[in-house]
Amino acid sequence: MRRVRQWQPALRDSAQWAQIACYRARMHATVVVFPGSNADAEMIHTLRDVVQVRTEVAWHRDAELPAGTDLVAIPGGFSYGDYLRCGAIAKVSPIVAAIRRHVDRGGAVLGVCNGFQILTEAGLLPGALTRNLHLRFECRDIFVKPVSEGPFTSGLPRVLRLPIAHAEGRYQAAPDVLASLEKDGLVALRYCDSAGAITEDANPNGSLSSIAGIYGGPKKNVLGLMPHPERMSEPLVGYSDGRAIFDAIVRSMARSSRPAAQLSAAS
Amino acid sequence: MKATVFVRLKREVLDPQGDAIKRALSVLGFEGVRDVRVGKLVEIEFDDEAPKSPDQIKTELAKMADELLANPVIEDARIELSPAAQK
Repeated sequence: MRRVRQWQPALRDSAQWAQIACYRARMHATVVVFPGSNADAEMIHTLRDVVQVRTEVAWHRDAELPAGTDLVAIPGGFSYGDYLRCGAIAKVSPIVAAIRRHVDRGGAVLGVCNGFQILTEAGLLPGALTRNLHLRFECRDIFVKPVSEGPFTSGLPRVLRLPIAHAEGRYQAAPDVLASLEKDGLVALRYCDSAGAITEDANPNGSLSSIAGIYGGPKKNVLGLMPHPERMSEPLVGYSDGRAIFDAIVRSMARSSRPAAQLSAAS
Repeated sequence: MKATVFVRLKREVLDPQGDAIKRALSVLGFEGVRDVRVGKLVEIEFDDEAPKSPDQIKTELAKMADELLANPVIEDARIELSPAAQK
């Protein structure tokens, strides 16, 4: 039988483990569904059954997120049929106004693929995602390298294998925007080869500076990325590297949540 | 009143679609094509029942282009206004 590489978080001590387990039991994720979303089922499954956090679903017309939402996940797909531009129509839906308020409060938001496109269109992340360099819909596994510390990327393996499935994923930004992203450590993930080398060949869509994902929000609380971590999060599908991103956000939110901090102080 | 909004990729943004069309044109035997860029054309008709001044409409169109029709990060918009009679 083929041995499947499974990512295991390195836990320094059992108090930390207890804090995270305790937080995981209370954490509340919301998956936002637009007409045309098509990766919502795997996002819900991964959060609910693999990461094992309470997961609710919000519809694009909802004016508010479910009360107590800690993490908002915007899944991939073709919201509103990609009319006008990917994510352009979605950005005016009532739920995006609620997501904007969540971001301003420091709430965590994960946008995958079309979710990333919606976040850039809404101005919650800088730059834009444009037609892939070679005009192909790229549907295959690639490798990414975390290049900045943050709530979604701290403690990740050096290289992650993740699937992509997009035609419009070429990250573009004005030179001054790119310079400030680099300076502020907001580039979260870059495409690389299996050994972690960032090369032109390993860049599947011609993204500027091999950018696969970027951070935004007041506290790096927003992450947009083109690859689909929710589609590679359990050994059943061959690799589970994507799970590391979900575990990272649970760890980071556990650390910053007050009741859990009290628990850790008491132990 | 009718307006036409031309949305084009900014000069500095690579247009792979335009490049593909350029190659296809050369396959068809068209020579001397230096560059092809693809954009969008959005036609907007205004309600004649509630007429607005051309200045008002122009301001509104600029806002429409900025907020929705074009993505200012990668695209430029040019607006043309024409009386409805000409449509």
